[in-house]
Amino acid sequence: MTFTVRTYGPDDTPRKGFFTDTSICIGCKACEVACKEWNQIPQSMRGFTGKSYDNTVDLGANTWRHVAFIEQRKEMTFADGLVEHAALEQIAADTGLQTYQEGDGLRWLMASDVCKHCTHAACLDVCPTGALFRTEFDTVVVQEDICNGCGYCIPACPFGVLDQRQDDGRVWKCTLCYDRLKDDLTPACAQACPTQSIQFGELGDLRNRAEQRLAQLTEAGAEKAQLYLADEDDGVGGAHAFFLLLDEPEVYGLPPDPVDATRNLATTWTSAAVAAVGLGVALAAAVFGGRR
Amino acid sequence: MSSVADGAGDSYYGQPIIKQPVWTPEIPAYFFFGGLAGASAGLAYLSGEGPLARRAWATALAGAGVSAPLLIADLGVPSRFLHMLRMVKVTSPMSVGTWILTGFAAATTGATAHALTGRMPRTGAVCRPAAALLGLPLSTYTGALIAQTSVPVWHEARRHLPVVFAAGAALSAGGAATVLTAPEHAAAARRLVVMGAVAELCAVLAMEQHLGELGEPYGVGAAGTFKRAADVLVTAGAVTVAAWGRRSRGAAIAGAGAVLAGAACERFSIFRAGFQSAADPKYVVGPQRARLAVRRSAAAQAAAGRRSSA
Repeated sequence: MTFTVRTYGPDDTPRKGFFTDTSICIGCKACEVACKEWNQIPQSMRGFTGKSYDNTVDLGANTWRHVAFIEQRKEMTFADGLVEHAALEQIAADTGLQTYQEGDGLRWLMASDVCKHCTHAACLDVCPTGALFRTEFDTVVVQEDICNGCGYCIPACPFGVLDQRQDDGRVWKCTLCYDRLKDDLTPACAQACPTQSIQFGELGDLRNRAEQRLAQLTEAGAEKAQLYLADEDDGVGGAHAFFLLLDEPEVYGLPPDPVDATRNLATTWTSAAVAAVGLGVALAAAVFGGRR
Repeated sequence: MSSVADGAGDSYYGQPIIKQPVWTPEIPAYFFFGGLAGASAGLAYLSGEGPLARRAWATALAGAGVSAPLLIADLGVPSRFLHMLRMVKVTSPMSVGTWILTGFAAATTGATAHALTGRMPRTGAVCRPAAALLGLPLSTYTGALIAQTSVPVWHEARRHLPVVFAAGAALSAGGAATVLTAPEHAAAARRLVVMGAVAELCAVLAMEQHLGELGEPYGVGAAGTFKRAADVLVTAGAVTVAAWGRRSRGAAIAGAGAVLAGAACERFSIFRAGFQSAADPKYVVGPQRARLAVRRSAAAQAAAGRRSSA
């Protein structure tokens, strides 16, 4: 069941998006650089964080792509190491999936994160000015000439993607290169990705490709490999940027079961209405309660 | 929800998963003044004529007058405040609230002008009930506004927050009217203080019971300090007003002043708790993990059921 409302008529286009296959990300950050260059995003110096190779830290007003680096160490004996090494060599040769390195038990996970462009986008729902809108590609974009920096979208986003730019007061996020899409170009990050970890295309195609890749990795023994946000039945109706992860989402700093708050809006408004009526009754009781 | 601890294990260097709001203290201040104004208009309308009604109308107008500048000051681009009126959007409590506040401010201006001068009877006849009616949702939509986010202590409290805000609004309106009105005319205001105090303390307790472990942020840090201050001020203030408010103007002012401060503290407690729960990934991940576990075990049971029946 999909709730997508198609309003663009003859100008409508197929749903476009990203499939980020983190199993082949090499952590080069070309996506971060290409995004900054193309979109002319101000610098976002965080200094040396000590968090592996990650000095970007998170998504925000001035970081629309963020490569996460996770170093996982696995306990193993020397004999385990030899056996594992041989098995991993074989997997690497067969599938191109290299995880634990050279039998030393260290696994380095890398993943390029981005705005998810949710099918049911809480940021768009709560935006009071209409600055956030749904494009003809079904992506979600902030209009910089409309946004008045009310900040409502920031805590509404279940992924912590949006943030306010300090010196300008407005909210900024990934546009999925709306300007490039209009000219039939690939978004800057996907264009720059040297391993095709970031793939851009029509959502249906991407999902098929992702399913195949997941089956391949699962068969090769990547136990926790999973698709993230590829399911239309999840809490945000599936996303236009979805991921193949090698571990649980929270390991990458992603929420395991994100939900668009609008799903519970009926309860919220009902409670507000009941409370308003209750307040009216209380006021009447206070005024008339003493005049029996 | 005994699930918060489950989320503590895995996180990305302890980084928050959702962003903390960028809202400044103007926002909880508005929660207080907006509720004060909304409930004061209702109190004024129902009281009809007389000293209490006149003072409550003035309070409502002052509250509305303070509210709009507070909200505009909090915007990232204050000069664009009129962009708020580009559309009406039911999925955005902020949009709905903007229209409620706009209508309320207009109606309250007319109603107060009539109440204080006695002129413009027709304007008064329209504006008085309109302001009183709009004041009710004005007092509760703010609870819906923060509930309609991904912040765990707000979203999971979506049934309770509007009730807490309504109770706080009643308490504030009663408190302000008790301070401003001579005791012989303020019986209704004192009753409102006592009812509002009991309602607010109960509503907050019910909210915390409902949230369980997830509600931890309400009790710690700045949120906890504000909450403890609110509990003491509201309880002591309401008892003072109930016991001595009728006989002593001084006691009435002291008690009602404490109640007003307590109602404001409760707004700040709720506001800060949202930041604290957004800052720690365990409050975001824990409940989501628990939801997933329930769904997966249900799916596994269904699969097992199919196998055994086959």
